[in-house]
Amino acid sequence: MKQSTVTSSGADHGTYASYIIGFVLSILLTIIPYYIVVYLDISTGFKTLSIVILAVAQLLVQLIFFLHLNTRSEKGWNFLSFVFTMLVVLILIGGSLWIMYHLRANMML
Amino acid sequence: MLGKLTWDSVPWDNGIVMGAVSFMAAVVIILALIVTRYGKWRYLWNEWFTTIDHKKIGIMYILVGFVMMLRGFSDAIMMRSQLAIAASAPGYLPPEHYDQVFTAHGVIMIFFVAMPLVIGLINIVVPQQIGARDVAFPFMNSLSFWLFVVGMALVNMSLAIGDFARTGWLAYPPLSGIANSPGVGVDYYIWSLQIAGIGTLMTGINFFVTIMKMRCPGMTLMRMPIFTWTALCTNILIIAAFPVLTVTLALLTLDRYLGFHFFTATAGGDQMMYVNLIWIWGHPEVYILILPAFGVFSEVVPTFSRKKLFGYTSMVYATGVITILSFSVWLHHFFTMGSGANVNAFFGIATMVIAIPTGVKIFNWLFTIYRGRLQISLPIMWTLAFLSTFTIGGMTGVLLSVPGADFLLHNSLFLIAHFHNVIIGGVVFGMFAGYSYWFPKSFGFMLDEKWGKRGFWLWVIGFYLAFMPLYALGFMGMTRRLNHYDIDTGWQPLLMVAMAGAVSIFLGIVCQIIQLYVSIRDRDLNRDLTGDPWNARTLEWSTSSPPALYNFPFTPVVDGIDAFWAEKQKNPVRPKETRPYVDIHMPRNTGAGFIMSAFALFFGFAMIWHIWWLACVGVLGILFTFIHRSFETDVDYYIPAAEIEATEKLRSYNV
Repeated sequence: MKQSTVTSSGADHGTYASYIIGFVLSILLTIIPYYIVVYLDISTGFKTLSIVILAVAQLLVQLIFFLHLNTRSEKGWNFLSFVFTMLVVLILIGGSLWIMYHLRANMML
Repeated sequence: MLGKLTWDSVPWDNGIVMGAVSFMAAVVIILALIVTRYGKWRYLWNEWFTTIDHKKIGIMYILVGFVMMLRGFSDAIMMRSQLAIAASAPGYLPPEHYDQVFTAHGVIMIFFVAMPLVIGLINIVVPQQIGARDVAFPFMNSLSFWLFVVGMALVNMSLAIGDFARTGWLAYPPLSGIANSPGVGVDYYIWSLQIAGIGTLMTGINFFVTIMKMRCPGMTLMRMPIFTWTALCTNILIIAAFPVLTVTLALLTLDRYLGFHFFTATAGGDQMMYVNLIWIWGHPEVYILILPAFGVFSEVVPTFSRKKLFGYTSMVYATGVITILSFSVWLHHFFTMGSGANVNAFFGIATMVIAIPTGVKIFNWLFTIYRGRLQISLPIMWTLAFLSTFTIGGMTGVLLSVPGADFLLHNSLFLIAHFHNVIIGGVVFGMFAGYSYWFPKSFGFMLDEKWGKRGFWLWVIGFYLAFMPLYALGFMGMTRRLNHYDIDTGWQPLLMVAMAGAVSIFLGIVCQIIQLYVSIRDRDLNRDLTGDPWNARTLEWSTSSPPALYNFPFTPVVDGIDAFWAEKQKNPVRPKETRPYVDIHMPRNTGAGFIMSAFALFFGFAMIWHIWWLACVGVLGILFTFIHRSFETDVDYYIPAAEIEATEKLRSYNV
């Protein structure tokens, strides 16, 4: 009773090299923020910002190298649903931060 | 042993509540006696409670939705009659009871009327429209339905045992916090919504996969019927939005049960964050409800205009744009919270932008009707009523989206009038259109037009009488959730008119019940033997009414939009079936969904009353049943070709 129209999933399962690259990049993206927090003498805001950016970078590295996200698998549906999810998450988290930040400023908290 | 539950938890001395409870109990007992008298328990269990047939699950959803509409409407007419007499007088509903009534009205009408009607219709129609034999995960579908029933049962139990929330339908803290609502009311609210919400989330996943993976050969996305498109977008919204509701309610649960401070002003909590989070779910929720209604109209209008839908592609894109935009407007529910001018301006403009794709849809329907040969029948009458009513509601919505105007109208009856205008004028009229349109497909006989039209006129006139005065009352300064007011305000005459409107709607509902009774009584005079009573356009009308268990003896192959219509144009007389029948692979019925949900009912009830041992029994029961089910191997079977041939022969006599 299964009537799938998708014939080829197109997912790749990675190679030895891609796993190693992903592993090394992950290690690097973990060491760098550790170094920034422990050894660099910069403002807290800048430290937070750099940790967030490097965390998102690591998220993408793991998605691409370990979870094999690409624009081709399942005829691009995997990628499309990922983009949609990211869009919704960005709107919701970014919007909430924006709203609550302004609220805080206006309430003089 | 029994937690907070005592003999005094039942409101023995409250006449109104005990009257309603005894009435409900009497109905249940009479129904049980009838079923026992005719020995139908086995039939009910085998054919309905354990069914995983999407058509039967859809019918049960809609049945529950209509029954709950009676309950939600009794709340409505109680509020209207209270306000009609409570001018400088206490009325007959004391505030603590009145607060439960308006909370229950909102919760029931959204979660246990609108949602099951929408999901029920999706269940019945979508697999048939895409040429599939069932949904992607039939067992999960049955589990979704029964979890939803558990949520409904908990809300109804709150009437008899304990009380319901007095917080308004979204239970804002600090009022819903443990300090201000120490009773079990908010806990009933939390657990009924959590359990029903998980069912809804599973439905969303189920139908998303069904539509993406199980379309018949040739049906590309841009050849799907619009109802299937709107169902797809609704399910995407469910998947994205319902987890937010689950988390928000879980945080409130932690606050109430374990002394956390997410939403209390002490210890760094922020009650405004609850308002923000709940509307991140709440705004997409209204589009979850309205999109399938738009889908119904997009099926009804071309069928009864005898024309293909005007602007199919723009309709699809408008639906998609609404889906995305619905995530960017939630702040308009709390402009007055104090986020400031920039934030308010952004969300105000985003809200106005949604009027554009919605307007595209309205014009598409109008242009489809233009120069069509409109056949006036119940589904198209509800559609015409929708077109005029919903447009008014949409315009008052754009008015409210101006932050400056909203500061004046926030929490007034103007707002109440606006959202009833779009939800009744949009969702409810849409579901009635869908109900009368697909009823013959589901049951094999037509609904009685005469009583249906009487019901229609009473509903529409009643709607305008009940809600247009509320717009004026909002401008006159009347706020929502008032229990009584000063007679010098001059509100009473308009509230009397609104009361008359509610009575008219009541008579409309009575007509609809008579319509159903008359239709069943005269079913032999109104049989639909062709399977296509409206001369319609999409695949679900190509089978018999009601369709066989397997929907389609052969998987259809399509090469365009409105495939069945094209087929009828090519072959005015249906050609004889010459292909040899083959065995059809179908899933087997299972009681696991029902049993798991029964344990979920124990669990929810136990959590509400702090009966911890029973909560453990509930969780273990769910887990055990689930593991047992996953080890079952006999979950499917084949319908033999001979049986299919016999079924199809019987039906081809009639076509």
